[in-house]
Amino acid sequence: MTAFLALVGLSARLSFGGRSGGALVGLVFFLAVVVVVPFAVGPDMNLLSRIGPAVLWIGALLASLLVLDRLFGDDRSDGALDLLRLSDLPLELVALAKGLGAWLATGLPLAVAAPFLGLLLGLSPNTVLSTTATLVVGTPALTMIGTIGAALMAALGRGGVMIAVLVLPFTIPVLIFGVSAAAAPAMAPAPFLAPFLILIALTLASLVIAPIAAAAALRAGLD
Amino acid sequence: MTTPDDRAPAAGDHAGYGPGRDHVRLTGTGLAAVRGLRTIFSDLSFAVAGGELMTVTGPNGTGKSTFLRIVAGLMPAAAGEVAVAPAREDGHAALIHYIGHHDGHKASLTVRQNLDFWRRFWGGGPIAPALERVGIAALDNLPIDVLSAGQKRRAALARMLVAPRPIWLLDEPLTALDAAAEAMLGDLLSEHLAGGGLALVATHRALPVAAARTLRMEGP
Repeated sequence: MTAFLALVGLSARLSFGGRSGGALVGLVFFLAVVVVVPFAVGPDMNLLSRIGPAVLWIGALLASLLVLDRLFGDDRSDGALDLLRLSDLPLELVALAKGLGAWLATGLPLAVAAPFLGLLLGLSPNTVLSTTATLVVGTPALTMIGTIGAALMAALGRGGVMIAVLVLPFTIPVLIFGVSAAAAPAMAPAPFLAPFLILIALTLASLVIAPIAAAAALRAGLD
Repeated sequence: MTTPDDRAPAAGDHAGYGPGRDHVRLTGTGLAAVRGLRTIFSDLSFAVAGGELMTVTGPNGTGKSTFLRIVAGLMPAAAGEVAVAPAREDGHAALIHYIGHHDGHKASLTVRQNLDFWRRFWGGGPIAPALERVGIAALDNLPIDVLSAGQKRRAALARMLVAPRPIWLLDEPLTALDAAAEAMLGDLLSEHLAGGGLALVATHRALPVAAARTLRMEGP
């Protein structure tokens, strides 16, 4: 357990202040995406507040993909991945700890920033609340799905935009249920709880499946 | 978390593997490595007992590094197997220290933060005496990225002292080390062997410690 927590801490620390853009860059990127949309859509407040939850979710999705590049790539190139494997902690738990740490440093700040950005989009208080709740619950799934892509690309010795291209299609279910729960208060008869529970299920499933897949990818790339 | 301990760590402290206890033993039988379609080596067997040093020598490209990575379990062997006695239920990964071509340091952290992470991740003793031992105690608050290659290598050696383990696999450990550090590594190896540990060292240069065995890699 000490080993696991130590690795979560290290991963959070490296993601937070990483060289290729840490948590702050992710937040600024999130802000930029959200701010750009009104310019593209035009100053129609009704339209903006209707698409607001979707805009916040897309911003969070893109921002959480930013940090994946170096998640395992750095460990592989500086030799730390070898050392991480020389312990009793299974590689699956190594992947889980890396993912959780990355989420703490990048996903969680996005969810915390969402209410403020929601104001920019003219969201109603209820929608701000539902959007924030779905982001808190849903961003771990985005990061964990991302760890699979990060591990695969690290195993192949590649990185960069390839990871985003690889990961984006697999985040679509999370996006669908996240946005439908987040937008529920604005679409009066639409249910909030059902998509929200499915979102929670997706996150829990990704917490189990993603580490196994990421560890398999890392093992396959051993040399 | 840190227990105050002023005693300089001896490289030979490994719980359960000291003299008079069960000695660790490392064997490989019929090992083969293939990269792409090329066989690098095949039918390689060895046995090293606690207290013994085995050097791995041979020209470039004959598979010394590949051999050590296979022994460490970091790379699957194309054939054959590696065994550690006494066997452990969780496998032998946690008995092995490996120093490869990369030192495994996190560039943005300080020397102390790097070692502190491995101390917590692997479980181990105090950091300060280990840094003292390898002669970089004064650098502990510098980002590890500003250290020279030799100093980084010393920090990697300190990592082995922080979390003692009975099997050392060192791939060209003398690279970038100066004469003093070379002698220091010799002392560390002697203590490690005297404490019942074993070491496999791939090297082109003569080590300051006499090797009990030599594995000469000649290529396929």
